[in-house]
Amino acid sequence: MLNKNAIKEIEQKEMKKEIPEFNVGDTVKVFSEIREGDKKRMQGFEGIVIKRQGGTGSRATFVVRRLVQGVGVERTFPLHSPKVGQVKVMKKGRVRRAKLYYLRKRIGSAATRIEEAK
Amino acid sequence: MNGLIGRKIGMTQVYDKEGRLIPVTVIEAGPCVVNQVKTMEKDGYRAVQIGFMKQKKKEKPLHLKEFKADKVEGIVKGQEFKVDIFAEGERIKVSGTSIGKGTQGTVKRHHFHRGDMAHGSKFHRLPGSIGAGTTPGRVLKGMRMAGRMGNEAVSQKNVLIVKIDLEKNMILLKGAVPGCDNAIVVLNKGKKNG
Repeated sequence: MLNKNAIKEIEQKEMKKEIPEFNVGDTVKVFSEIREGDKKRMQGFEGIVIKRQGGTGSRATFVVRRLVQGVGVERTFPLHSPKVGQVKVMKKGRVRRAKLYYLRKRIGSAATRIEEAK
Repeated sequence: MNGLIGRKIGMTQVYDKEGRLIPVTVIEAGPCVVNQVKTMEKDGYRAVQIGFMKQKKKEKPLHLKEFKADKVEGIVKGQEFKVDIFAEGERIKVSGTSIGKGTQGTVKRHHFHRGDMAHGSKFHRLPGSIGAGTTPGRVLKGMRMAGRMGNEAVSQKNVLIVKIDLEKNMILLKGAVPGCDNAIVVLNKGKKNG
């Protein structure tokens, strides 16, 4: 009797029809909406995708990591959020892990070095 | 009509118009059929008794609930009420039965503080003293102790209605609602019931 499909239907409506294509290890620039008073503008955040989670569901998220003045900054973006716009792939990366947590322990240029995919 | 009976389906999350992520509980509410109308003349008070979920063999619905009403004129037995008695953005009261936790200690059940788990301490999760000695010579009534937790009536006030789907009899409420999935919940509006 329990209509669990109802939840799936609701989640389906929340999902974007076109999901930008990118993988873990790629260097991307994510444009997200920012509100300054009454004004809206798109702000970019460029870094390496270190994690994708949530699979094909509506709650899927991805984490972008970058170094700002030598300090690691990570931002989690909900994949289907209307506030998250274009995801521009700057560089395709070849990695052998699904989650690049090992980058957190790296210092300097090693922290951003990822082999480029052919 | 002041309320409906519904069934908790589960939780998910939706985006609002401004793009904010809102946690919601999905509830299948109604259609509820009027089972009995209580009038001032006959019963001494005004109320509408509604039923939820038809039974296969019996005429009586599986769940019955009475709602107080200012006016009962025009409401007849057999009349159906659906989720459109509520409005999006409205705040209502939701009642249900909380999830049973079984026998639990005082730390979980009454939020007692815990003792030190290390540094030579032997007092971990015990309740401690439950009263004085010879005077009064007994444990005071209502002393909070270990025992059965949960599985009791819980009401949540000011629950925001995020969305209503009349076609599917669905209603989305912001945040969590008492009870497990598939549990019966009562959605109540109107100050008289609040």
